[in-house]
Amino acid sequence: MQDKPFMSSLTTDEVATSLRRKGRWGLGEVLFWLAAAATLFFLPERHLILNEIAIIGLFAVSLDLILGYAGIVSLGHAAFFGVGAYVAGIFAKEMTGDPLTGLAVAGVAAALLGFATSFLVLRGADLTRLMVTLGVALVAGEIANQASWLTGGADGLQGIMMGPLLGMFEFDIFGTTAYAYSLVVLFVLFVVARRIVHSPFGLSLRSIRDNSLRARAVGIPVNRRLVAIYTISAAYAGIAGGLLAQTTQFVSLDVLAFHRSADVLLVLVIGGVGYLYGGLIGAVIFKVLQDILSSMTPQYWQFWIGLILVVLVLAGRERLTERARFLAGRLFGRSAGAPRTAPAREGRP
Amino acid sequence: MTPALETIGLQKRFGGLTATDNVSFRLEKGARHALIGPNGAGKTTFINLLTGVIPPTSGRILLEGADITRLCPELRVQRGLARTFQINQLFPAMTPLETLGLAVSERKGSGRDWWRVFGSDREIVDEVVGIAQRFRLADVLDERTSNLPYGKQRLLEIAVAFACEPRVLLLDEPAAGVPEAERHELLATVAALPRDVSVLLIEHDMDLVFSFAERISVLVNGGLFTEGTVDEIAADPRVRAVYLGESVDE
Repeated sequence: MQDKPFMSSLTTDEVATSLRRKGRWGLGEVLFWLAAAATLFFLPERHLILNEIAIIGLFAVSLDLILGYAGIVSLGHAAFFGVGAYVAGIFAKEMTGDPLTGLAVAGVAAALLGFATSFLVLRGADLTRLMVTLGVALVAGEIANQASWLTGGADGLQGIMMGPLLGMFEFDIFGTTAYAYSLVVLFVLFVVARRIVHSPFGLSLRSIRDNSLRARAVGIPVNRRLVAIYTISAAYAGIAGGLLAQTTQFVSLDVLAFHRSADVLLVLVIGGVGYLYGGLIGAVIFKVLQDILSSMTPQYWQFWIGLILVVLVLAGRERLTERARFLAGRLFGRSAGAPRTAPAREGRP
Repeated sequence: MTPALETIGLQKRFGGLTATDNVSFRLEKGARHALIGPNGAGKTTFINLLTGVIPPTSGRILLEGADITRLCPELRVQRGLARTFQINQLFPAMTPLETLGLAVSERKGSGRDWWRVFGSDREIVDEVVGIAQRFRLADVLDERTSNLPYGKQRLLEIAVAFACEPRVLLLDEPAAGVPEAERHELLATVAALPRDVSVLLIEHDMDLVFSFAERISVLVNGGLFTEGTVDEIAADPRVRAVYLGESVDE
């Protein structure tokens, strides 16, 4: 090897710091989770809807793992959500009411389905993937409908009795235990997802998303990576579904419905794709808007959400958030801005 | 001595068209070898066969004596066969730092590592910085790749392939489209590639071929037309007829 006659303007230390900086928790992030924890104490009358927000947020994070980071579009993510919900519900009825065990079983069941169907989304472009994922969700929905001896069919799965959380905390009618449970699960899984996207594995996913030809040319086993993240994402969705079943103690065919898949996509588009907080922020905006608008006039909800969607996609969420970030930066100084810039790629809604 | 890369009777037919016709080719260890040929001679097909993008109809490919004919592209890279692309294939939204880090950590087998934060492995960072210096990218490591000047992007294209620590490096028209002002830097970098990497250069640019290569193979109509030292090829009237004659007015 020959010597290096070129001047380096970045030392190894600076490079290492620059790389690690992206994995570090920002002030904005800490504040975000502190605020979330504060709602446990300061918004007791809102715990039912907050619980729903946490669950949808987790579901959106799950979708972001495949859509935002690996570039796999899906119109059928509810398949995993629904399977998780039914498995958690049936498990509580037939086996044990312990929430954590049930949640783990729901996650594993959804992961198995995700693993099995991941091979269907490996091939083909976006349209193929949209259709395949949609098809899988439709099939799952119809199976749940037909197997009414197991799922309760159109009447829903009733009579789920949950045991106390950790053997100590009973689920109450105000949803406080439920919300605390969902929030902690969300936080733990979020931290794991955060590690994943900042790891070498996460970087390889982004590289596959951006240019799979080159990804292969640096020796990345593209298919195996996609199978892995699809399975992880399915487990996340299954756990979100399981949380819903456990905290509402009811499962209906609605968990597998098409609108579930569409809503979660909407949530992610509102909050931002390819940026884990996008799913959480989107879930908050989506649910709060839904709550306000539908209490005014139920039929207007669809109108407004449709309008917002069109504006978001046409005006470009990047531009809108850029502006918001700029204003926030001027108000609070630079460090208080959003946790990190979204590496969202152009041209994708 | 076992050649770094060898093909034996390699053939690729697309329907009635024979794109690669019975090519038996040797790339010696440490070689600086150029593959030239007129447009449509099958250079790209040959590269795609070598890298495993398309399977051959018949024949074998050996990398340092081991048969890789049926290996998938990513495994060939892991065995030490890397390539650059004629048209940049980079990650526009990533920085060169991330791009090189990705390639290095894949090679070191930590690409499956999903728990450690990317960049916490000192060994990988050291190596990335070393590669960046070699390819004169140290001052743009933190820029978005899409914002780099074209010449720098071409350098990154080669640097990524180099980061895979190849024993055989296939350079597909590395200087294509690089403006005159940035050309010198690129050529100097290519010339300074370490000798333990065997290089096969596919090129149209005769200046680059003659300044870089020690041996030249000429591909015509999918088959190996002739092979020789630079002087032999330059003096060969048949080569002039089929190839050099055409390229004079290019």
